[in-house]
Amino acid sequence: MKQTASVISTYSADVMGVCSALFELGGMTVMHDASGCNSTYTTHDEPRWYDMDSMVYISGLSEMEAIMGDDEKLIEDICLAAEELEPAFIAIAGTPIPAMTGFDFEAVAEVIEQRTGIPSFGFATTGMNTYIHGASMALAGIARRFVDKPTPRVTEMTEGVILSEAKDHSEKIKVNILGLTPLDFSINGQDRSIAEWLESEGFEVVSKWAMGSDLDEIRRAGEADINLVVSASGLGAARVLHERFGMPYAVGVPVGNELPGLLADQMILWLRGQVPGPNGTGTCPLSHSEISVESGVFLGGRQSEDGRSYDKGFAAVIGEGVTSLSLASSIELECGIPARVLCATECPEDILRECDRLTPDEDDIIPELEGADFVIADPLYRPIVPEGAKFIALPHEAFSGRIYRSDIPDLIKDPDAIFKQF
Amino acid sequence: MKKVNEKQKRITAADLPHVRIADANFPAPFKSGLEYSSPARGTWNIVHTGMLIPEAHEIFVCAAGCLRGVVLTAAEMGAQNRFSTVAVRENNLLDGDMEDLVIEGVSDIIGKLPKRPPAVLVYTSCVHHFAGVDLDMIYRTLRERFPDIDFTDCYMNPVMRKSGLTPDQLMRSRLYMLLHERDKDPRAVAIIGNDLPTDEGSDLMKLLKGAGLKVHEITSCRNYEEYQEMAESSVYISYNPDAAPGGDMLAGRLGGTHFPLKFSFDYDETDETFADLARVLGIDARSADEIAGLRKACEEEIEKTREVVGDTPISIDYTYCPRPLGLARLLLDHGFRVERVYVDGIPGGDRAAFDYLREKYPDLMLYPTVHAGMRFANSAMTSEDEGACGVNTLALGQKAAYFDGTDHFVNIVEGGGMIGYEAVMRTMELMRDAYLNSKEMKELVQVKGLGCEVCNR
Repeated sequence: MKQTASVISTYSADVMGVCSALFELGGMTVMHDASGCNSTYTTHDEPRWYDMDSMVYISGLSEMEAIMGDDEKLIEDICLAAEELEPAFIAIAGTPIPAMTGFDFEAVAEVIEQRTGIPSFGFATTGMNTYIHGASMALAGIARRFVDKPTPRVTEMTEGVILSEAKDHSEKIKVNILGLTPLDFSINGQDRSIAEWLESEGFEVVSKWAMGSDLDEIRRAGEADINLVVSASGLGAARVLHERFGMPYAVGVPVGNELPGLLADQMILWLRGQVPGPNGTGTCPLSHSEISVESGVFLGGRQSEDGRSYDKGFAAVIGEGVTSLSLASSIELECGIPARVLCATECPEDILRECDRLTPDEDDIIPELEGADFVIADPLYRPIVPEGAKFIALPHEAFSGRIYRSDIPDLIKDPDAIFKQF
Repeated sequence: MKKVNEKQKRITAADLPHVRIADANFPAPFKSGLEYSSPARGTWNIVHTGMLIPEAHEIFVCAAGCLRGVVLTAAEMGAQNRFSTVAVRENNLLDGDMEDLVIEGVSDIIGKLPKRPPAVLVYTSCVHHFAGVDLDMIYRTLRERFPDIDFTDCYMNPVMRKSGLTPDQLMRSRLYMLLHERDKDPRAVAIIGNDLPTDEGSDLMKLLKGAGLKVHEITSCRNYEEYQEMAESSVYISYNPDAAPGGDMLAGRLGGTHFPLKFSFDYDETDETFADLARVLGIDARSADEIAGLRKACEEEIEKTREVVGDTPISIDYTYCPRPLGLARLLLDHGFRVERVYVDGIPGGDRAAFDYLREKYPDLMLYPTVHAGMRFANSAMTSEDEGACGVNTLALGQKAAYFDGTDHFVNIVEGGGMIGYEAVMRTMELMRDAYLNSKEMKELVQVKGLGCEVCNR
């Protein structure tokens, strides 16, 4: 594998994912880097930079500090800034050179916490993974450190008997939304649309990780009955909250006309101790904590009425795993077209279906597009789309940054922005 | 600006980091620490500058986090077809196959390009430096494999920014490494090291063209052959201080003379440096009458501007031109109310102005641009705090405009192609315009590489 991109873009990196996930929580995030990461993040990855005063900095690592292992300079600089600016917490995230020199992020964070008395995190990002990896790591850290223990009612819950025994059906189900960052949902209101959809389905939103919630709201996340993971960035926190409080989580974005209802039903049924069976009928006992909404209508070699399959005439959705899977599922449900996910960012294999692929490089993607009739992707993918396929642009901040920001649709409120193009 | 954390300490204008120039150290008035990045983006980066070589293709070999900024720089300027990447991953650091990754990655990209580029700029990064990668072997192999392509080594190596040449100096020097030696033309000169074209009405262009010299500048080269013609120049003139090391390298490699012309707002220094240039070129220097006429024109422009601008507070930042303190001196000496200069380090060429200002205007305030506390400058400066500037400042430069929160600003970076007395006159004209007409500061300053459309060929 040459790991080349002759013409397409690059996804935002793990270190930026940390910054994006923590941006609204009142902390101070420091990228341990020489130069460049900060301007890249604030220009291309952070649409809130101009209008919100979050503290994101770089350490300004120099050659001599790296070679001599001068961690004290970083520690002093952070402590000094923290003394002046009084952040709610401190986070340090890594880039390639600290990765090469074996910088101990956790140890340095501990020293800083001892000196300042401010909760501190060390995230050993390398700048070599996508934003999903970093954002997931950061939100997991927040879940581990800041979320208060829930009331006894919730801690006594056990899988499979949660709502039926512990909660009156007339009481609203409380939910946290995990994995909200502008990298996946921009700043066009999709975060609010997801919350509004949940409320319209009778849920009560406790916290939104991490757009539109402050640290106090995040602290109360343990009060929720269930988590909704709307991007793979939320999976780390979902798993921590499950480990700590037995809190289940659903994975999916409410996109489309049919899928949102199915997603809501599944969450409710799960909490009542029932989930839909394999064909969408009946129930089966709960054995694990995760609920994924997927269709896979055309798995097993099945074809559509007009002869489409996952090999020929299909729609390819390129992008982040959870959004792409949700979109692909909706396309199958509503348009009757087989839709495959080409996931270009980190995503657990068990989230994807057997027809989907992890495709981190341009060379991975190009052969998977053979036979596609439709390609739904960020406009910067257009140069590698086969001539015979219809290209449906879905700008993605994590790929093209601010270039097409004004063209990003609110898929939750306006799914036809995509569907009407089929 | 929305406050993220309402419980957090409020940073007022008085809390912002700053120092009276009388109390400032040279050349570093502020202690280094965590660094902030303001939203003002008009200065060029290494992608923009590399694109000045017509028809050249850029290939960056770096980690994803480093690629992100450069790939989107290229995309924003509509130059994706001249830009490719090779991603360095964690396994490459462990496997020790970094040389292979560069060679095979670059070869793969060249094979995929619809048209063979005449030149390829291969940018390696910090990780290659720290891994001790054999760059000589890499470039040798690529030259052997693709003898029809000119390769040059470029660097995105910011960890080395305090060791030897700065990244900016290094990049400007690389612009001319692809020139092939050819016969010299004694009547040909090249202006080197600028991102933006030299003003046709500048003192420099008037002097060179008035003497009948053939003038090359990379910004006006339409194709690779025109770029190669620069090698016929007998004298290379730089006036961006960061271009000087490249000028010396170029003269050493191809022959000819490098002349570093001083960018100055001081009349005497301007006369002296232009007279020296004329001597090197073997042409007539400007006459006393001509100089007197230029000085008179400058004074008239300054007076006209002062009448318009009056007592309006003025701020300047270092991105406006190579001599921000020299400009502050000119303005203060002519009765303008310069209150602040945003500068992280004092440029070497500004030493005399620094010393002068310390003596004569000791209360002039210096503010940094990257200090952590500057995150709150925009909201503090536009508040009702004591010491805040409100939104009535006239700013020279994008960073000054952003920090002061003013829509009345001169939108220029890196001197904007000005040089000589023309720099004074054009600055005055732009100040009057900025005072009388507001701009959409928020939108304008966030555009990367002001004027970079000249380099997408």
